Amino acid sequence: MHRRGVGAGAIAKKKLAEAKYKERGTVLAEDQLAQMSKQLDMFKTNLEEFASKHKQEIRKNPQFRVQFQNMCATIGVDPLASGKGFWSEMLGVGDFYYELGVQIIEVCLALKHRNGGLITLEELHQQVLKGRGKFAQDVSQDDLLRAIKKLKVLGNGFGIIPVGGTYLIQSVPAELNMDHTVVLQLAEKKGYVTVSEIKSSLKWETERAKQVLEHLLKEGMAWLDTQAAGDPQYWLPALFTELYSQEITPEEAKEAIP
Amino acid sequence: GLLELEETLVIQQRGVRVYDGEEKVRFDSGVLLLSTHRLIWRDQKNHECCIAIPLSQIVFIEEQAAGIGKSAKIVVHLHPASSNKEPGPFQSSKYSYIKLSFKEHGQIEFYRRLSEEITQRRWENVPGAQTMQVNKSPQAGRVRAVGIVGIERKLEEKRKETDKNISEAFEDLSKLMDKAKEMVELSKSIANKIKEKQGDITEDETVRFKSYLLSMGIANPVTRETYGSGTHYHMQLAKQLAGILQTPLEERGGIMSLTEVYCLVNRARGLELLSPEDLVNACKMLESLKLPLRLRIFDSGVMVIELQSHNEEEMVASALETVSEKGSLTADEFAKLVGMSVLLAKERLLLAEKMGHLCRDDSVEGLRFYPNLFMTQS
Repeated sequence: MHRRGVGAGAIAKKKLAEAKYKERGTVLAEDQLAQMSKQLDMFKTNLEEFASKHKQEIRKNPQFRVQFQNMCATIGVDPLASGKGFWSEMLGVGDFYYELGVQIIEVCLALKHRNGGLITLEELHQQVLKGRGKFAQDVSQDDLLRAIKKLKVLGNGFGIIPVGGTYLIQSVPAELNMDHTVVLQLAEKKGYVTVSEIKSSLKWETERAKQVLEHLLKEGMAWLDTQAAGDPQYWLPALFTELYSQEITPEEAKEAIP
Repeated sequence: GLLELEETLVIQQRGVRVYDGEEKVRFDSGVLLLSTHRLIWRDQKNHECCIAIPLSQIVFIEEQAAGIGKSAKIVVHLHPASSNKEPGPFQSSKYSYIKLSFKEHGQIEFYRRLSEEITQRRWENVPGAQTMQVNKSPQAGRVRAVGIVGIERKLEEKRKETDKNISEAFEDLSKLMDKAKEMVELSKSIANKIKEKQGDITEDETVRFKSYLLSMGIANPVTRETYGSGTHYHMQLAKQLAGILQTPLEERGGIMSLTEVYCLVNRARGLELLSPEDLVNACKMLESLKLPLRLRIFDSGVMVIELQSHNEEEMVASALETVSEKGSLTADEFAKLVGMSVLLAKERLLLAEKMGHLCRDDSVEGLRFYPNLFMTQS
């Protein structure tokens, strides 16, 4: 009986078959890459056409930008990944956000000594608008958030912390864990928080509350007011401006106007 | 100046002066209030003196930045007053606009809120809100001035055109996204083929594929990174950076944080800016390309660019001297003394601590570093 596959001849045949398979494999990839290259060129043309008609819309209209970004995210495309990407090159959408990134970094650096590296999105927005001047394009809070998300990769500790319906932007590499975040959220209502408030709202022990507050003090994100009546109050300078330019409620309005 | 039932106060600002066009008038210091229906000004000294304009009277508003000796202003362009308007402080004016001068600041926020109210037109939600008037307060208004009609028309045209543009833009955007989605699908299928073949794709083809992904902004489906070494673009960029950053690094003691680099490079470029990811990807290639700079990542996650000739460990020795001279230093104090950014000053002190030369005193007053006497005096 003749056993199949054994012997030098069989081995040689197997190797040949493998080699042919490899060849075919490479050819397959080459084909697909060539196809992608062609489709890419076509897409580039489509994008150029779109840009020639609607480039201004992206620059001027924050709503349109949001739509654009959301659609990109849905299909799995990041138009801001690289300045060399088509989106950036042809729509100029990259320059808009990367420049915004620079402005955000500068504002955060300028105010860091005051707020320890924590700032509300509102205040950041105001300051950035101020810096951009009268003739610059309108920038929305959504734009700021997207720019900040991109800045994270630079390793400077940029972070976005949700508090009471808005956000605190962190711009220093200070470690803020869940405990810290939760206390910040608690403090957001009045701009300050006390140990007893933390204990009653969050059901923590004194030690845990104190640790969190001391960490915030050390980082310069909280200031201590020991002269307050009752418990010492831990204030967040990041929330100061928010308190001053607060929207006025109808009740307050009735009192304010004779 | 009482508010009507459905009227809500939105924001108020003290220290505002009203101008009739370019001319100062007697309303020189008051509180400006914005409601959902009106813009109201009340004299700070004499509360009886109060003037108001319905928001519907406003055509558009402009900002005027502050100057030397001049406060920031909002210019409010107005429709001609209706004929049944109640008498106001002026019978006529040669201007069709007024200016509001913010002597105690607050202009930015006020402008924002006023824009919002004018856009939202909340006064239209309330039935019978047409008659806005309240007993004592005279209403400010302007008799027909010439230029205003022309402005109105232009704005109307502009608004119509904008609406048309936007719907067309959204349609075109949808079509574009459909095509982009095809590209994403194709790249996934290629990535799958690559995974199957397991290295039967050449180096060159990998590079090509990566550059296609980069153009489209598609995350690499094989490695899951949106960045990664190996595209020619990043290699070129790395070489460019080595050229651009040599001098700035020398001027800053041989080390800069990546955020500093990002700002420096993009400010210099002005156009065709780098994305943060571009910068990081290029910097990751510096060492392998044997360029005279390198990327370094501290334990804290802070990323810096250093000159190859820079030796942070040597700098630690001089930092130790400085701290010893002063007895102890915080990162802030050290930064000021040496002329460094606080971020990098802190990293240097932390490194010195890691190497055993300094030890810390961590209290609520801050983080302070002392020479590590345990080491030297054992």
